[in-house]
Amino acid sequence: MLVADRLIAVAMMGLSLYFMWHATVLPIGWVEGAGPGGGAFPFWLSVVMLVASAGVLLRSFSRAAPHMDEKFIPDADAVPQILGVSALLIATIAAIPFAGAYVSLIVFLLVYLRLFGGHGWVLTGSLTLATPVFLFFFFEVTLKILLPKGWTEPLFIPLYAQFF
Amino acid sequence: MDTLALLADGFATSLSPFNLMIVLIGVTAGLFIGAMPGLGSVNGVAIVLPLTFIVPPASAIILLAAIYYGAMYGGAVSSILLGIPGASTAVATTFDGRPMAQKGEAGLALIAAAVASFVGGTISVILFTLFAAPLADIALAFGPAEEFALVLMAFTTFVGLGGDDVFKTIAMICLGLVLSTVGLDLISGQPRLIFFDMPGFYSGISFLVLAIGVYGVGEVLYTIETSRSAPSVTAARLTFRELGAGLKKMNQLWRTMSFGSFLGFFVGMLPAAGATPASLMSYGLAKTFSKKPETFGRGNIEGVAAPETANNAASTGSLLPMLTLGIPGSPTTALLLGGMVMWGLVPGPMLFIEQPDFVWGLISSLYTANAAAVIINIALIPLFVWALRMPFTVLCALVLVLCIVGGFAPNQKMHDVWLIAGFGIAGYVLRKADYPLAPLVLALVLGPLMEKSFRQSLIAEQGDIMVFVERPLSAIFIGLSVVFFVLPLIKLMRRNKGKSLAPAE
Repeated sequence: MLVADRLIAVAMMGLSLYFMWHATVLPIGWVEGAGPGGGAFPFWLSVVMLVASAGVLLRSFSRAAPHMDEKFIPDADAVPQILGVSALLIATIAAIPFAGAYVSLIVFLLVYLRLFGGHGWVLTGSLTLATPVFLFFFFEVTLKILLPKGWTEPLFIPLYAQFF
Repeated sequence: MDTLALLADGFATSLSPFNLMIVLIGVTAGLFIGAMPGLGSVNGVAIVLPLTFIVPPASAIILLAAIYYGAMYGGAVSSILLGIPGASTAVATTFDGRPMAQKGEAGLALIAAAVASFVGGTISVILFTLFAAPLADIALAFGPAEEFALVLMAFTTFVGLGGDDVFKTIAMICLGLVLSTVGLDLISGQPRLIFFDMPGFYSGISFLVLAIGVYGVGEVLYTIETSRSAPSVTAARLTFRELGAGLKKMNQLWRTMSFGSFLGFFVGMLPAAGATPASLMSYGLAKTFSKKPETFGRGNIEGVAAPETANNAASTGSLLPMLTLGIPGSPTTALLLGGMVMWGLVPGPMLFIEQPDFVWGLISSLYTANAAAVIINIALIPLFVWALRMPFTVLCALVLVLCIVGGFAPNQKMHDVWLIAGFGIAGYVLRKADYPLAPLVLALVLGPLMEKSFRQSLIAEQGDIMVFVERPLSAIFIGLSVVFFVLPLIKLMRRNKGKSLAPAE
């Protein structure tokens, strides 16, 4: 846990410096007649964030460091599962602009329920088919919010004609 | 008398067939969300929030408040039947609820939880009705300096009373505040913090995106890791005879339930406190004042009633500062506040004057939701037992799909969906490293108000920082902020002193 605590503290410090650098695009001090500059609020808060993160880092080297004997990931078997689900989620989001929301989510559900859940074809198939149908009727027909279709757009033209 | 007339008008809104249906749907959904381990009111509200654009704002907030209420009831179900709290607010219910279930008294424990929740909810809604208007009147005297000082106090309560790591809490508050400044500068209108020159950042980072990320995706990842093996569900039957016997038993717990309700309501009003510490405090006090404290933890019905009254009362209490001052008392109310802002409603004292139908409609719906929750809760117990057996992988898959589509829907930008994934993974890592996420979300919601009031105050006084201590109300809030901030430092110093005095092992 201590190693993870240090790594995260360093990452937070890096993020604070990045925010500070970005904030200096606008004035960070007092602007005559206009009060504190537009960059002041994010800049000085990033400074406080930097100091607090440095506090976490420094404390991790002291004898009073919290979570000293704990593990960051107590169950190592969970790591492939977490990484797999995260990768699947990212791949699904990346695929949406090209393959459309429906195809991407169908593939997501198929892979998730079958590989990660280990469910049978009946449950996997019914959920994989029912979810996009629900999404179409709820978001597109009821709320009039069009989900991205990508190259599947022409397939939806008959449905648009039917419901809009 | 005015309050009663306004409340009567409110009932005319909340008892309309449509809103009544909304309450029933919200309470039922909330009960299931609360009963599912790993999901609580905050996750439920975050996931459902984008779907509320379908109804008018008053019905949307009534729906979310009903989900909130239902989830507070539902949290006890998995605590008792699985021994796993549905949400952190139901942790204390596990202490005696689970032993009761193991002794074959699951039905009685569930009745106790439902009735205690009802009593806590009812007493706190009455207190809410009495305090809402006077508090809004006081808040009308607020200027930018008072607003800034109040927001500052909300953050320092997280540092002082939150019970989390002080450094990490401060880092999270600052991160949330910095993220709230992404987009266009409030006063000059110039772009700032446009990372990698991506146009999506020009419209800022929506609290909804952050909330769905950390409470939807992040929570799913966390739960995948922590509850990979399916726990066993204790069966619960509920006959009318048991119901009657349970109600009779509850009749003897009036003292515990009344005390828990008042305690929960006032603790719930504090921004950092909320329902979890309220329920733990109520449990601790019930045990302290009990004639048989040794029976606590072994299946004492009082140990179920005390935390359940307090957590429901606290959930209502946390709505009060959100509506009257625009300061949310819990992460869930921070989401409700963000939702209200999205729907064009500005929480605060003026809301009571400009939108009385909305405010009193919401307040009266709490009465309806409370009554509906107790009836639906008891009626649906067999269904809960069945639902708790649903594989978590199915729930995870559906929640992730809702997070993706729900995150895209409000602005129809893939940029938001990418941010949700990023915040989700970051939220999971931060949570594992013990960084508190509630201050992060609260800071993103309150950031614009804090910056605006800070800059307005300084511009009006030509940069004189004394403006925050010269005005009496502002000075009180600043004083309390200092106390809340210094409190954990004193505790830390005492602890370190104690350690250095202790003999070396």
